[in-house]
Amino acid sequence: MSSLNKISLSSVFFSYFPIATLFISVFNEFDFNFLNIQYFSFNFIHILIFFWTLKNPNHLGYVSIFIAGIINDVIIGIPIGVSSFSYLLICSVTAYIRNITLSPNFINDWLSFLFTILLINSIQVIILDLVFLIEVNYMNFLINTGFTFIFYPLFFILFNYINTKIIIKLND
Amino acid sequence: MATGRDDFVIAFRSAFLKKKDKQKFSLLTLIFLSIFVIILSNFDFKIIKIIKLGINEVVYRSSFLVSIPENKITKTKIQIESHMEVYDNYKNLELELEILKQKKLSNNFLKLENDKLRKLINESIESNEILAKVLIDKESPFLKSIILNKGTKDKIKIGMAVVDEVYLVGKIIEVNYTNSRALLLSDLNSKIPVLLEPLGIQAVASGTGKEYGEIQYTKEEYKNKIKTNEIAVYTSGLGGLFKPGVPVGKISKENINRVNFFSDFRQLEYVKIFSYNIDSKY
Repeated sequence: MSSLNKISLSSVFFSYFPIATLFISVFNEFDFNFLNIQYFSFNFIHILIFFWTLKNPNHLGYVSIFIAGIINDVIIGIPIGVSSFSYLLICSVTAYIRNITLSPNFINDWLSFLFTILLINSIQVIILDLVFLIEVNYMNFLINTGFTFIFYPLFFILFNYINTKIIIKLND
Repeated sequence: MATGRDDFVIAFRSAFLKKKDKQKFSLLTLIFLSIFVIILSNFDFKIIKIIKLGINEVVYRSSFLVSIPENKITKTKIQIESHMEVYDNYKNLELELEILKQKKLSNNFLKLENDKLRKLINESIESNEILAKVLIDKESPFLKSIILNKGTKDKIKIGMAVVDEVYLVGKIIEVNYTNSRALLLSDLNSKIPVLLEPLGIQAVASGTGKEYGEIQYTKEEYKNKIKTNEIAVYTSGLGGLFKPGVPVGKISKENINRVNFFSDFRQLEYVKIFSYNIDSKY
C-alpha cells in the first residue's frame, strides 16, 4: 500500500521533463552550436513541442507553451506574441494529427513535422519582414528548418524513451 | 463525401475547441490571444509600454540566472583552449608588443597635435562612459543582440554607442529601467556610417547576420585602391550617432567587401556604453 503512494524522484523527473526542458530552452536560447559551426542552427523548441503535444499532451500544456513563447520573444528581441503564435500553430497541427490518426507512424509524423516547421517559419518570416519590417536572412531560416527536420529522429528516440518511462510510472 | 467532411469538422472541432481535464483554455482561445498580443505590441500606448518593460525586466533577470551553468561551461571551455595555446600566444604577443611600442610613440605625437588643432578651431569632444555587464548574449540565428545591466536609471538612452575596450560593437535599441538591449554590428538590421582609412572614403558598414560585416553605398573606385592598401574601418560620425574615429574593423585584401570586426562578439563580458558631445564655436 505504501509503495502505491510513494512518489519516486525519477517519476517526478520524467513527468516534469517536457515542461522543464521547454522553459530552460527558452531562457537559454539553446542552439546547440557550441562549436560555432557556420550556418549550423536548429530549433530544439519546435522539436520538443511537436513531439510532446503529439505523443503526450498531458505533460506539456498549451498555457505553458504560450508563456514560453512570450519569454522566447523577449529574449531574442522580436515583437511579443510571434513565437507564442508559432508554437500554438504547432500544437494545432499535432492536435489535428492526433485526432485523425488511428495507428501512429513515424514517417508520417516526420513528414508532418516538415510541413509544420515550413509553415510556421514562413508565417514568422512574413510577420517579421512584412509586418514589423525587421530584416531577416531567409537562408538562415531555410537552413534552420533543414537541420531541425534532420534532427527530429534523434530527439524522437530520446523523447520516446522518456515518454515510455512516464507511461510505465503512471501505470505502476 | 459528406462523411469525409463531417470527419474533418469533428477532428477540427476536437483539436481546437476541446479542453483536456487539466487545461483551462482551448487552443483556439490561446491562438486568438497571441494574435491579440502581437497586435497590441504594435501600438505605442503607455500601459503597453509599462507592461512590456515589466516583462523585459523579469525575463532578462531570470534568463541571466538560468544561463549561469551554461555560461560556466562555455567559460571553462574557453579557458582550457587558451591554456593549450599559451606558449604560441606568448610568442605572438611579444612580437606585437614590440610593434605597438613603436606605434605608440608616433600616436602620442599625433594625439597632441590633434588636440592642438582642435583648440585652434575651438572644438572639443566630451564623452561619458558607463561600464555595463553583459547579462545575456544568446544570439539567435536571426537576430544578433545582447542584454546589458544598465538602463534608464543609469541614464542610458536609445542610440548610445556600445564599445568593447575601444572597439565599436553596436548601439542601444531598447531601454528598460535596470537593463537595455544593444543591437550588434553583425545584425542584418545594423547600418552605420563609416570612414575607410587611409583612403578617406565614406561608406556604410552593414551587418550580414554572420560574424563579419559588409561595405555598402560607397564609391566604386575604392575597390581598385584597396588592392594596394590595408584598410581600417572607423566610425565617420555622420548623422551625429557615433563619435568619429571609433575603430570598427579591418577590410581584408582577399574579400574587399567584407569587414572583419575587431571585437569578438561571442566573448563579450563587460562593455562600455557612451554618449558624446561635440562643442564647436564655428
